[in-house]
Amino acid sequence: MAIPSNPTISALRDRIARLESSDRRACGVVPFGVEAVDRRLPGGGLALGALHEMAGGGNGAVHGAAAALFVAGIAARLDGPVLWCLTRRDLFAPALSQAGLHPDRVIYVETGDEAAVLATIEEGLRHGGLAAVVGEVARLSMVASRRLQLAAETSGTPCLLIRRWRRAAEAADFGQPSAAVTRWRVSALPSAPLPVPGVGRPRWLVELIRARAGECADWDLEACDEQGRLALPADLADRSGSARGWGRGAAA
Amino acid sequence: MLAADHAACAAGIRVGMTATQAQVLVPGLVLNDAQPEGDRDALERLAVWMLRRYAPIVAADPPDGLVMDTTGADHLHGGDAAMLAGMVERLAEAGVSARAAIADSWGAAHALARHVACPIHVSSPGESAREAAALPLVALRLPAALTTTLGTLGFERIGDLLAKPRAPLILRFGPELDRRLDQATGRMSEPINPVRPPEMIEVRRAFAEPIAAPETIARYIGKLVVRLCEALETKGTGARRLDLICARVDNHVQAVRVGLARPSRDVRRLTRLLCDKIETIEPGFGIDMLTLAAPIVAPMGPGQTVSLIDPATPDLSGLVDLLANRVGAHGLYRATPLQSDVPERAVGRLAPLAPACGTDWTGRWPRPSRLLTSPEMIQTVALLPDHPPVAFTWRGVRRRVARADGPERVFGEWWRRDAELEAVRDYFVVEDDAGERFWIYRAGDGEDPATGSHRWFLHGLFA
Repeated sequence: MAIPSNPTISALRDRIARLESSDRRACGVVPFGVEAVDRRLPGGGLALGALHEMAGGGNGAVHGAAAALFVAGIAARLDGPVLWCLTRRDLFAPALSQAGLHPDRVIYVETGDEAAVLATIEEGLRHGGLAAVVGEVARLSMVASRRLQLAAETSGTPCLLIRRWRRAAEAADFGQPSAAVTRWRVSALPSAPLPVPGVGRPRWLVELIRARAGECADWDLEACDEQGRLALPADLADRSGSARGWGRGAAA
Repeated sequence: MLAADHAACAAGIRVGMTATQAQVLVPGLVLNDAQPEGDRDALERLAVWMLRRYAPIVAADPPDGLVMDTTGADHLHGGDAAMLAGMVERLAEAGVSARAAIADSWGAAHALARHVACPIHVSSPGESAREAAALPLVALRLPAALTTTLGTLGFERIGDLLAKPRAPLILRFGPELDRRLDQATGRMSEPINPVRPPEMIEVRRAFAEPIAAPETIARYIGKLVVRLCEALETKGTGARRLDLICARVDNHVQAVRVGLARPSRDVRRLTRLLCDKIETIEPGFGIDMLTLAAPIVAPMGPGQTVSLIDPATPDLSGLVDLLANRVGAHGLYRATPLQSDVPERAVGRLAPLAPACGTDWTGRWPRPSRLLTSPEMIQTVALLPDHPPVAFTWRGVRRRVARADGPERVFGEWWRRDAELEAVRDYFVVEDDAGERFWIYRAGDGEDPATGSHRWFLHGLFA
C-alpha cells in the first residue's frame, strides 16, 4: 500500500509527530534493502532511535534462533559497536559473524535476571555512542518498554529486543501492548530448493505484526547473507502453498 | 627451629625443635637465621599489594597471615571462590604458597584458613561458626601455655569449650579465652586496622553528626570526588580503582570498591560509579567518616586529538565501567575466535575494551545461532556410516528429515586430552518438514567403535 501524499494529511502527521515527542531527534532509518519490505515501513526502513521487538514463531519463541540472526543482520548493516545483553548463554558468536556482525563489534553483557537486563539495555541506550543495543528478554511491561523507547529516542540508538520465553505457551505474552514502534515475528520456512541433495539458503516468514503509523504485513524472505542483507526469493511465483500454510498456523 | 619448608617437614623436622636436634636428623641441613623484622616488612609489602589488587581493607596478621575484608570487592573478581582461587594461584606464581578462607568473622577465617583450607575454603554465610567448632584448640589463637593446659584437661576441639558454661571457664582461664571464643563465633566484632601505604592518594571527611540518608551520602561522595580529582591532577595521574571506606559510629567499617577500565579523573563519571553502589552500604546508626582513596593510579596520557579523516570512535569506557561494576567484570566480554574446530572451544573471551583483533572465524561452514550448553542425545533412524538420519526424536517430538547436509568431520584434539586421541564427531545440518534447521552430530565415524559411541546428539539450532 502506498502512503497517500495528501498535503493536509502530511501536515497533520507532522503535528502529531511533534506532539508525540518534543525532543526526538531526526534519527533516520536503516532500510532492509528489499524494496517490498521498505515500501511498507513508515520512513522506508527500520527507524533508528526507537524500540523494536522481535520474536520467533512456533518453537522459535523458545530458542529465538531466527530472531537473533534477523537482529544480527540489522546490526551488521549499522556502523559501530553493538551491546548484546543476555540472560542465557546459548548464543553462538560464529553465527553472528556469518551474518556480517564482526566479533570485534559486539560487547556481550551477561546478567543474572530480567530486571538487570532491562537496566543494562537502558544504560546502553543512554550512552549514545553505540550503533545498536540488543537485549534478550521474556517479559516486557508497558512501563519498561516506555522507558526503553524514551531512552532510544533521546540518544538515537535503536533498541532491538529479542523476546524469548521459557515455554512456547508463554509466547501469548507477545500480544500484550507495549511502547515498541514495530513488532516482528520471524519463523523458519523450508530452505531454498537445490538441484542436488542438501540444505539451501534458509528462508524465513517475516511478519510485521505491529507498526506505529504503518500497517501489518508479511513476507517470505531469504535469510541474512554475509553482509546481513535479506533478499526476496527468486522463485516466489512457484513456491509450494503448503509451506506458507504451516508458517501461518504455527505462528498464530 | 621457627619455620621449615615442605622438604624439611618430609625429613621429619618440626617447628619447635632445637637446631642441634635438626642437624642430627638431616646431615648438611641449611639453616638460616630468623629475621623477624624482615618478615614483618615483607608481610606489610604483601598487604599493600593485596590492597591494590583485591580488597580495600587489608591488614598484616603477623607472623604469617593477612586479613582482609572482601565485602564490596568480590564482584570485580567473579565471586568469592573465583577470587580466592585466583589469589592463591597468583601468590604461587610469586613463590608464596598460601591457603585462604572466607568466613563470617576474622577468628573463624583465621582458623579455617590454617586448618581446613586446601588451598581454599569458602564457608557459606552463617555456617562458619559451626565449621570452626569442629577444629582443634590450636586454631583459637590462644597463648601456647593455655592451649596445653586445656588439652591436659581433656578439651580437644573448640566445640568442647563452647558446650561448657562460659562463666566458670572465664573464672578459671581468664578473659582471653572468652574473647577468642566470641571472636571465632562472630559474636564479638574485631576491627581490622587497614594498611595505608604513604604514597596512596586519599581524601577523608569526618562528620560531627553521623550521616545515614542515601542522598546525604551521595552529596558528600560528590565533594570527596572533587577533592580526589584535584589531588590526582596535581600528580598528573588518573584513578584505575577507587575505594570508598565508610566508618560507622558502631566501629564497623563498610567498604565499596569500583574499578575502571582506563585511568580517569572525570568528576562526573567517578561520582556516578560510586553513587551506583550506595545501596550496598548499610549505614546502621550512621557514618561518621568517609574516606575516598585511589589505590591504583596510572599516568594519564595526553588528550586524544580529533582526526579530520577518520570518523570519531565513540568512547565506551564510561559505559563499560558502569556495567562492569554492576554485573561483574566476568559478565562483560567480547567474543574472539580461537584456533579450534570443536564448537565449544571455538569462542574465546576478551576484555570489552581490548584492542580489536581483526580476525574472524575461518571456514564458511554454516554455524547455528544457538548452541546448546551441553549436547542433547536424540533417537535416530540412520544408515551408517555416512548418511544423515531419516528421522529423529528430540525432547519427545519426532521429526522427519526432509533435507540434510554433511558430514562435517571434527577430530578430537589429542594434544589436550588422551581420551580425544581417536575421537571424531560427524556434524550434519538437517531440516525437518516444517523448515526448522538443526545441527546434529554422531559421536564416532560410523565404522570404528574406538572413535566414539555412535550415538547421535543435537548440538545447535539454526535460524
